[in-house]
Amino acid sequence: MRRRPPVPDGPPGVTRRIALSFLASAAGAIGFAVTYGLGGQTQWEGICLAVAFAGLATGLAIWGRRLVPTGGYVEEHEGFTPPPDEQASTADVLTAPDSPLRRRGLLATLGLALTALGAAALFPLRSLLPWDRTAPVRALTETPWRPGVRLVNADGRPLRPDDVPAGAVVGVFPEGDIEAGDAPAFAVRLRPERFTRPPSAGHLDGLVVYSLLCTHAGCPVRLYLNGTGRMLCPCHQSSFNLFADAAPVAGPAARPLPGLPIEVGADGYLRATGDFTSPPGAGFWDRP
Amino acid sequence: MILDRLARAFDDRLRLSPVVRKALAKVFPDHWSFMLGEIALYSFVALVLTGVYLTFFFDPSSADRAYHGSYPPLDGTTTSAAYASTVRLSWDVRGGLLIRQTHHWAALIFVAAIVVHLIRIFFTGAYRRPRELNWLVGVTMLTLALANGFTGYSMPDDLVSGIGLRIIVSVAESIPVVGAWLVFIALGGEFPSDEMIPRLFVTHVLLVPAVLVALISAHLAMIVRQKHSQFPGPGRTEHNVVGSRLYPSYSLRSLALFAWVLAVLFALGGLVQINPVWLYGPFAPAQATAPVQPDWYVLWGDGALRLFPPWEIRIAGHLVPAPFFPGVVLGGVTFLALYAWPFVERWCTGDRRPHHLLDRPRDHPVRTGIGVAVLTFFAMLVVAGGDDLIARLLRVPIYDVLDILRVLVLVLPLLTGTLAFLLARALRGSDAARLGELTRADLRAARRRSGTGRPALGRPGDEPELPARDRPGERVELWPDGDRWRWRYRDERAGVALLSNLEVRTEQEAADAARLAYPGVDHVVVPGPPPPSHRRARIALRRWGNAAMGIALLVAALRNRRKRDDVGPEDEPSPR
Ligand code: HEM
Ligand code: FES
Repeated sequence: MRRRPPVPDGPPGVTRRIALSFLASAAGAIGFAVTYGLGGQTQWEGICLAVAFAGLATGLAIWGRRLVPTGGYVEEHEGFTPPPDEQASTADVLTAPDSPLRRRGLLATLGLALTALGAAALFPLRSLLPWDRTAPVRALTETPWRPGVRLVNADGRPLRPDDVPAGAVVGVFPEGDIEAGDAPAFAVRLRPERFTRPPSAGHLDGLVVYSLLCTHAGCPVRLYLNGTGRMLCPCHQSSFNLFADAAPVAGPAARPLPGLPIEVGADGYLRATGDFTSPPGAGFWDRP
Repeated sequence: MILDRLARAFDDRLRLSPVVRKALAKVFPDHWSFMLGEIALYSFVALVLTGVYLTFFFDPSSADRAYHGSYPPLDGTTTSAAYASTVRLSWDVRGGLLIRQTHHWAALIFVAAIVVHLIRIFFTGAYRRPRELNWLVGVTMLTLALANGFTGYSMPDDLVSGIGLRIIVSVAESIPVVGAWLVFIALGGEFPSDEMIPRLFVTHVLLVPAVLVALISAHLAMIVRQKHSQFPGPGRTEHNVVGSRLYPSYSLRSLALFAWVLAVLFALGGLVQINPVWLYGPFAPAQATAPVQPDWYVLWGDGALRLFPPWEIRIAGHLVPAPFFPGVVLGGVTFLALYAWPFVERWCTGDRRPHHLLDRPRDHPVRTGIGVAVLTFFAMLVVAGGDDLIARLLRVPIYDVLDILRVLVLVLPLLTGTLAFLLARALRGSDAARLGELTRADLRAARRRSGTGRPALGRPGDEPELPARDRPGERVELWPDGDRWRWRYRDERAGVALLSNLEVRTEQEAADAARLAYPGVDHVVVPGPPPPSHRRARIALRRWGNAAMGIALLVAALRNRRKRDDVGPEDEPSPR
């Protein structure tokens, strides 16, 4: 074994600073363990771990800068243009007479087999589609609203016309399908004489129901600017004018909110007379 | 002693010493901008570590589950298991909130580090041959990082992330012909489906991280094989790398950086609340909150959705809805452009030579201008993502803010891009070291040149390197050190001396290495190791900016040279 030269001292005070950093780190780690053991407290846990790692970092950084040679080294770079003979001899190996790469005919059939295998492997992806095999377009177009479905509020309680006071917006859902993603709607009572365009789904003495889903990207348009008859989408600030059949008036939405045709049933509760006037929410290729 | 024995035991079985010796001596350039990629790497490590811990407690299911725990407002309520387990993780698992918040902060910093890393690669032209491959790998990792961030953000099934997911789903639905099918394949049904959360989970903790690990390995392997590029400087050529050796200096400093990243992440995770899902409440299709802003790296997409006008087209009875353009087209074009950039630039400049010396942004005004314009565009989109906050803050109507932003997002990039182009050109044409030193004349000259002929795409550095014989004062010294040989490069004029990173067995090996690193530079054999360099003194000098000592050094150097002239050529060791 070669005899090793002694460890040099390094600049004065440096080793002490490094050792102190590592001790601070150890203190942080112990602090973390103690905090955890005492029941845990997020802020202290974070501070202790931060101290532990910061101490480690400071010690290592001083070590790497002050106790060992830094910079001033050079390494050669072979470059990436291989000598022509080297490239040629590698090519020779790959294209020797018995090389598989030279049997073009076999390669072509092998390629065919692999392509077929790859294509076959795509088929099971179909299983990722919905269990019940509904076609996407139908699922996106239809909602649980159909003739006779009662309108209920968020708690599932059926609504009568006078449950929707003037100036208030009430969230309504199809009875039995409150969780459905595409069905949420809102009911609002407006003064019919202020309609500039009649609601396409009709109205009951100014009571109109529209889909809650923004036609831009599907956010619930929850903000009602009372008096102006505007519904505002909180996501990208599209605004819809309820007096003009919920036409978009500002922001990035391009289509009006679909309306829901309603009637008052024999039991006095509000019922849908059909689905929305058009598919709710964001647009898609096959949207009618 | 024990380490010694262990190392020997391994070496006797695996014969690692030659590889290890070379690896430990690998040279890394000392420049701060080379740490950005490392920050990304270390945040990824932090993500995996904290993420694995979260996986033990997170229940990726949309089935109903009652929450019973120490967060009173939700105690006893029934929500999805995903949401309930996230609240439990935050309030009832000891240390859980720290790890969860640290994971989220690590995700933000991970993507930020990747983006800044990409910006530095771009402006220094580090993607030029032979490093185009690594640029492609890098852009892919950026897309995967964004995807993993978004899937992770969406998993807890809270109100804010649910709305974000709904928007992304709507954007995907807008794709012509296949949009609805893509969404149904991804979600197994209409949004919000029961399959959604389990699928997000598998993507987030298995698929994407596995691909990321593979790509990160490929990225690093390519860096080792191709070696780092470096900024130009004395003694730095297209044929070498100058800096610190991996062991000991660089590894110590890199580990220090790792520890710094962890320290910052845990400090943030402990002290700065992020994504308090218990305040947002569980996702419900009819609920919304305002204002909602997504995590920063999706904000540009959100801003684009806000700014794009309500234009949609109908093709033969089919609808192409508005979100298709700001969502799919903008994102697609952005990433295609990123992938294509190295090849587009090569096609424009006709420069196919390998480059190991980096550009400074000024060396390539066109590239700098384009880069600044694109960055401004995306910065404006990010600003637009907060247009409701701006309107609220400034108390101006939201639609006025929107109109102004719609103009600015198109005009501002042109202005900043042109400005950057002119400044880069002025800097290149003058000898100003930094922006502040530019004179009015430099600027005028830059503008005048822009009026004539085609824009200058090349740069001075693109001319072939000067042959060594036209660069006097350089030489390579070789000397025996025990039974080993070392060499070093000296440039008297520039005052640099660079030591070979490796000791080799024979004089021939040393000479070969030196010839690769400094083709054409004369070799001399000197009797022994040269006296210690005055590097440290010079660093101290630079640091304190002591002009007086600088002058003294100059005088000393001049005197030295005169003395050497007196000695005459016979005393110099004979060139080989
Ligand atoms: C590769 C980059 C990764 C990114 C960008 C990322 C990002 C995110 C984000 C933004 C969240 C939301 C956190 C929150 O709820 O506040 C999250 C959650 C989560 N991540 Fe990751 N993550 C990454 C890797 C991983 C890995 C490797 C794992 C596990 C092997 C993992 C496991 C989890 C789990 C289980 C959650 C849910 C925690 C919760 O309930 O909040 N992540 N991730
Ligand atoms: S989702 Fe309503 S404006 Fe975009």
